[in-house]
Amino acid sequence: MSLIRKTAAQLGSMIAAGEVSAVEVAEAHLDRMAEVEPKVQAFLHVDREVTLEQARAVDARLRAGEKLGPLAGVPIAHKDIFTTRDMPTTAASKILEGWRPPYDATVTARLREAGLVILGKTNLDEFAMGSSTENSAYHVTRNPWDLTRVPGGSSGGSSAAVAAYEAPLSTGTDTGGSIRQPASVTGIVGMKPTYGGSSRYGLIAFASSLDTPGPFARNVLDAALLHEAFSGHDPMDSTSIDAPVPSVVEAARNPDIAGLRVGVVKEFSGEGYQTGVLARYHEAVKLLESLGATVVEVSCPSFTTALPAYYLIAPSECSSNLARFDAMRYGLRVGDDGSRSAEEVMALTRAAGFGPEVKRRIMLGTYALSSGYYDAYYGQAQKVRTVIAREFEAAYQQVDVLVSPTTPTTAFAIGERADDPMAMYLADLCTIPSNLAGNAAMSVPCGLADEDGLPVGLQIMAPVLADDRCYRVGAAIERALESRWGGSLLSQAPEL
Amino acid sequence: MTAGTLMPYDEALERFEPVLGLETHVELGTRSKMFCGCKTTFGAPPNTQVCPTCLALPGALPVANAMAIESTIRIGLALNCSIAEWCRFARKNYFYPDMPKNYQISQYDEPLCFDGYLDVEVNGETVRIGIERVHLEEDTGKSTHVGGATGRIHGADHSIVDYNRAGIPLVEIVTKPIPGTDRLAPDVARAYVTELREIMRSLGVSDVRMEEGSLRCDVNVSLMPRGASEWGTRTETKNVNSLRSVERAVRSEIERQAAVLADGGTIVQETRHFHEDTGTTTSGRSKEEAQDYRYFPEPDLVPIAPDPAWVAELKAALPELPSVRRKRLQAEWGLSDLDMQAMHNADAFDLVEATVAAGAPAADARKWWMGELARRANETGVPLAELAITPAQVARVTELVASGALNDKLAREVLEGVLGGEGSPDEVVEARGLQIVNDEGELSAIIDKVLADNADAADKVRAGKIAAAGALVGGVMRASKGKADAARARQLILEKLGVSE
Repeated sequence: MSLIRKTAAQLGSMIAAGEVSAVEVAEAHLDRMAEVEPKVQAFLHVDREVTLEQARAVDARLRAGEKLGPLAGVPIAHKDIFTTRDMPTTAASKILEGWRPPYDATVTARLREAGLVILGKTNLDEFAMGSSTENSAYHVTRNPWDLTRVPGGSSGGSSAAVAAYEAPLSTGTDTGGSIRQPASVTGIVGMKPTYGGSSRYGLIAFASSLDTPGPFARNVLDAALLHEAFSGHDPMDSTSIDAPVPSVVEAARNPDIAGLRVGVVKEFSGEGYQTGVLARYHEAVKLLESLGATVVEVSCPSFTTALPAYYLIAPSECSSNLARFDAMRYGLRVGDDGSRSAEEVMALTRAAGFGPEVKRRIMLGTYALSSGYYDAYYGQAQKVRTVIAREFEAAYQQVDVLVSPTTPTTAFAIGERADDPMAMYLADLCTIPSNLAGNAAMSVPCGLADEDGLPVGLQIMAPVLADDRCYRVGAAIERALESRWGGSLLSQAPEL
Repeated sequence: MTAGTLMPYDEALERFEPVLGLETHVELGTRSKMFCGCKTTFGAPPNTQVCPTCLALPGALPVANAMAIESTIRIGLALNCSIAEWCRFARKNYFYPDMPKNYQISQYDEPLCFDGYLDVEVNGETVRIGIERVHLEEDTGKSTHVGGATGRIHGADHSIVDYNRAGIPLVEIVTKPIPGTDRLAPDVARAYVTELREIMRSLGVSDVRMEEGSLRCDVNVSLMPRGASEWGTRTETKNVNSLRSVERAVRSEIERQAAVLADGGTIVQETRHFHEDTGTTTSGRSKEEAQDYRYFPEPDLVPIAPDPAWVAELKAALPELPSVRRKRLQAEWGLSDLDMQAMHNADAFDLVEATVAAGAPAADARKWWMGELARRANETGVPLAELAITPAQVARVTELVASGALNDKLAREVLEGVLGGEGSPDEVVEARGLQIVNDEGELSAIIDKVLADNADAADKVRAGKIAAAGALVGGVMRASKGKADAARARQLILEKLGVSE
């Protein structure tokens, strides 16, 4: 089996045992990228020499006997929203074109320290605003299962890169579903850790109270290894939780769910859901039952109000977070010909540098925070958020995890929803409640929809700091399904 | 924009009653900034104390400075405030080039400290000033506008920004409206800021230098007709950068508003700028055009929840507050209210106290600091505390006078020498040869010479015109370069001339 088909855990062991070098592994992936990138276009920035230099440094550290983690030498693709000091960082926006950060995000710094080798920076919806990666200011990324379809979003470059075997691992960020939904529609594993479980330092902010870095991988154990490698308390992020990282790797290795109580969210089913998605979802629930779990239906009526609340809170925060892009200190500057004031240059730069979806959300958020509207919009949305968190708490009194489809449909066609923001927003219907409550949630592949042959994801939600439950259930269902399929779901994907 | 007409102060006060309000910003003296680890040294080269966080680079996050929170709570406690058990930072959103994030992290409806008071003494009476809130925020960068006539942004060719100040912790102290001060309004405003400054110093939380901007004051003034119960529209005057300016700004705004109201006009709620040169205010931006700050809770920071037990500890550990200390010192020193007030106004307390601690009698310490040294400070425009002389040196001078080694005239010369950098008092005495002539032989020789050189005057004295002896004493003092003891010289002259008084 070629190196690119190996799991991250396998690659890590082989490199540690000296069977293969980090440089050889990186080269294999860079070659794969050269081959399939013209079709997939998952990356915004690739620099072969920088990557190989990192790989050589890891090999040297290993030869020197340095004790590195289980993923030392394994390549990774970073969503281009994490700062990297040796590669540009743009958040897929023209306003940051060519910006080279002077510092590493905590996530990238920790993974660098653990010996992971950066293959490049992946595409996303501009500033992580979108569910298809079509809002990138640079180019569209394609779903490796069907190149006419979207890879999900906003972390669509990261999901596509892993699904196309360009990278064994990638990072994403999940604000309203931006890891889970792309994982679901590309047939891979994506995890949104507990809010505060992974550091936001160096993650270009979209909505600060929701943004959560998390892992993508082709299997649950790899995701757990990556999760563990970058998580944990960070003094540079005030909202980071000062508690031990949940034992996610152990959970992924011991997928025993006998006696586990699983709650099926009543509201996330029925009208608006693709038939094939519901069919695979119901089978997955039955499978959990057959593995010894107790399944009960749980009603969370306020979850249906999560979407509108989210579309007030996230734009409000983004309207403030994106104010710093003002042409003063970095990034694009338009119209500075000596005749214009700083305010005029700011306005021209922002008009030229932000795309339509970003502008739409800045305007929405500015309006929602305005004097006289604050209570009716932002204030009300925060109340909804509290109610949702309470419903989760009440549900977790009865069950250990909640499950639902990750997203109502399989991957939609490129262009299909581009002119209909509301249709686009519905892709995050099932994922948003966990962001509002700050809970842990995972998407794990559960089959292909009959009508289009595209991947379907099962969402597993768990309480704050019970991330290990997602991994336990995810690994259990992965093991059962893969033995049924005779391999990973991704092995059924068409050759690129 | 002209200053407009003013109504004479006395007339204004006959017709109107003022209501004051004061907003004071104090830069805390923490070693690092409010939300990052950058240094806060004043006067460092531009943009050398900056990092991703205070430059608002994409992805950077704030982390609150625990020492700044502690200092703010101590300030709140010293101002008799309640301390919030739980509160949050908030974002104040507005675009301005010297504010890197284009929002300021501040506090909105949940201040850290609230509902306190501060008693100040004006004309021997205690005035209680209510404190609405004390909250914590960050300072902005500093813009310098180049190429214009005024140094203001309007008319400037371009502006340059120094972000060293961006993110320095700033405490905002807001009073409740202060009615009933009547004609003492300017004095009350000044006394309040003076007292606040002393509290900051005694707490050791800030160097509170108004000229460096580490204490900045906005003065709110409104007027209502005498006997009215509803307050008038207020203006907010900024750029008030000294204690004297606080007083002048209040006075000027009362005179201006009275003229407008008497003329049938209305006061516009606006920001005004104080001008040191003219002592008047001019209109800034109107509040009606002011922006909507779109405050919302800062999602990058966790709420502040000070443990009540810790707050109690901070309260118990507060130092002696300035007003309490003044009462104690007055009793110890036996000085009059008037002396104490004068010392307070001249900012001389610490200096006098330190001089007394160094061994000087309180009356002497007060005399030198409030007399000769205050005069010198005034002449050179240097704050008293920044004169090049230490309280120990002043104490030494008083000791030399008490021992008879110096008279007051010589002592003034010693002070001058010390201020001029000639060394310690003893070194100045030595170098300038300023010892009083106590040697009777030397004095006698000087007198003999003076009598010989002024035979006419000597004869007049011998003939009984004792008043003429004054000229001879003057001659002795001149001849001794002021080092003779004048009383002893007179005695000896009369003896030598065989007359008595």
